[in-house]
Amino acid sequence: MDCAVIAREIKRDDLLQMYYYLRLTRALEDRITALYRQGRIVGGVYTSHGMEAIAVGYASALERDDIIAPFHRDMGAFLIRGFTPGEVLAQYLGKKTGPTKGKDGNVHMGDLKRGVFGFVSHLADNLPVAAGAALAFKIRGESRVVFAGTGDGGSSRGDFHEAMNFAAVRKLPVVFFCNNNQYAYSTPLRLQMAVANVVDRAQAYGMPGEIVDGNDLAAVYVAAKQAIARARAGEGPTFLEFKTMRMHGHSEHDPAKYVPRELLEEWKMKDPILKAEKLLQSLGYGGERYFQEVVDRVKREVEAGVEFAQQSPLPEGPDVLLGVFADSADSH
Amino acid sequence: MTTTTQAAGEVSYLEAISQALDEEMARDERVFLMGEDIGAYGGAFKITEGFLEKYGEWRVLDTPLCESGFVGAAIGAAMMGLRPVVEMQFADFISCAFDQITEVAAKNHYRWGAAVPMVIRAPFGGGVHGGPFHSECPEGWFFHSPGLKLVAPSTPYDAKGLLKAAIRDPNPVIYFEHKFLYRRIKSSLPEEDYVVPLGKADIKRTGNDISVITYGAMVHLALEAAQTLAHEGIDLEVVDLRTLIPLDKETIYSSVSKTSKAIVLHEDNKTGGVGAEISALLAEDCFDCLDGPIVRIAPPDTPVPFSTPLEEFFLPKTSDIVAAARRLGAY
Repeated sequence: MDCAVIAREIKRDDLLQMYYYLRLTRALEDRITALYRQGRIVGGVYTSHGMEAIAVGYASALERDDIIAPFHRDMGAFLIRGFTPGEVLAQYLGKKTGPTKGKDGNVHMGDLKRGVFGFVSHLADNLPVAAGAALAFKIRGESRVVFAGTGDGGSSRGDFHEAMNFAAVRKLPVVFFCNNNQYAYSTPLRLQMAVANVVDRAQAYGMPGEIVDGNDLAAVYVAAKQAIARARAGEGPTFLEFKTMRMHGHSEHDPAKYVPRELLEEWKMKDPILKAEKLLQSLGYGGERYFQEVVDRVKREVEAGVEFAQQSPLPEGPDVLLGVFADSADSH
Repeated sequence: MTTTTQAAGEVSYLEAISQALDEEMARDERVFLMGEDIGAYGGAFKITEGFLEKYGEWRVLDTPLCESGFVGAAIGAAMMGLRPVVEMQFADFISCAFDQITEVAAKNHYRWGAAVPMVIRAPFGGGVHGGPFHSECPEGWFFHSPGLKLVAPSTPYDAKGLLKAAIRDPNPVIYFEHKFLYRRIKSSLPEEDYVVPLGKADIKRTGNDISVITYGAMVHLALEAAQTLAHEGIDLEVVDLRTLIPLDKETIYSSVSKTSKAIVLHEDNKTGGVGAEISALLAEDCFDCLDGPIVRIAPPDTPVPFSTPLEEFFLPKTSDIVAAARRLGAY
């Protein structure tokens, strides 16, 4: 379907807001990459460069009470849920003001109050957890939904399949998604699975699925809205495969020489931000001047975040001992 | 192993667990159960018999065969404010859920502040001819993983009180219930609601000569050995840990300070087990009060075998404790 046609289903303000988050994500992650190259970040840096439309699209389609179990290239979802650039940068710099207070790094952050589950490196581990959150909603009769994802590589893990099967059997209000960016670290899709599409894996569980252009903001948003509505109506889980391309290495230390350059050139033309700008222009919602204003605004916000993070204190060594056990679960 | 004679009003270890689940489900509507065959069938050991009819299919959930999947689901439900109690059917199968337990449940609060109030019931232990896949004592795997609480009751009273405490705890708790004790150990229980707090060991027998530090089914072997040895003038003190994490070092240390000799006894394999840690703690912190070597009694480092003579050889016996105590007494 033509993307301008789909986009007419979306409110103008929502689209403009999503464009802002695309730009904020890109600016923040590009800044993090720059800090990494200057040697100012310890640990890994994983960016969603070229994939920003997925998290921005689905997180915008959810209601505030819904839960997100993001994949590690879903920075846009964190930002939409209220994680500030300053907090994110503090997390990357291992500062006390980051969401994990220095206990964990980079995108391994979460916050129950903001409805975001902390990412687990063991890919797909959060999918059964997401199904369990959806189970809680179903048991209590709440009309809340969980949106939970992994990558093409993660879809090979047992927990991916156990979660899909359990959610399908109990018709849980969860939407599973896969950011199919064609490479799991260096492993190409053809060595990951013998089926053509990740969505084919959903069929085995009696779960409806759809392939979505992950670089098309409007397509992601509309597909997410439909799957969420289905979950909220008690019709059970849906699987969405967002086709995209990872434009950087697995992490910033990885030059990704295993990816053919021509493939990257091809996907560069499909950059989600360029696509979104074309869409906004075609709808008459904004032009070059407006885009530049947004770019300037997010740059200021990111720089303020850098300032905040740099001035934030590091945790104290003995803080390592805090928080192994919870004193109460009352914050729920 | 001795078993108490059943008297009127006495309940078995198994019934005590069942009562704890029933009472907690009645007390708190957030408590629900998940596991394989726990619904219509009532559980492999019939702990949850009648629960499906009483509480319905959304509080007693039969799951697909997916230990990792349903433990993960319990974590998610716990974070959303419910109080899941998962049954592992046989503790051996917990290996399938190892990743969810150690990487997600154990670390979520530490990493990003999300409490995970859930219980995993793990029927463990040998003596029932279960063979290598139905008799294991896997507590050592989790003893080494920060963020989990581990419980292993030896009596109906403790089984009920500790399970209630585990369900009310805001952390992930693995509750190791011993299959051998299910129908062999009985006692009368208080009428009123009670809990046995996590992290408090119990002196099951006071004595002056040697401390036997143990838990689970082995507590009963130690008590039996104590009876035999009493005739020889060796007075054993039996320390039942009840909770492995948090470990009640205070009670262990005060017992060993009094007796000055220690036997550490468990049913899990010897190398790298809970006993190794307790022995090391005693060596570090109680060296001055020891009048003899710390003695460990535990099965050899093999899987739990099936055939009767093999399993009998594998499991610690009362006579092992008696022999060790005689040697240590004479030291």
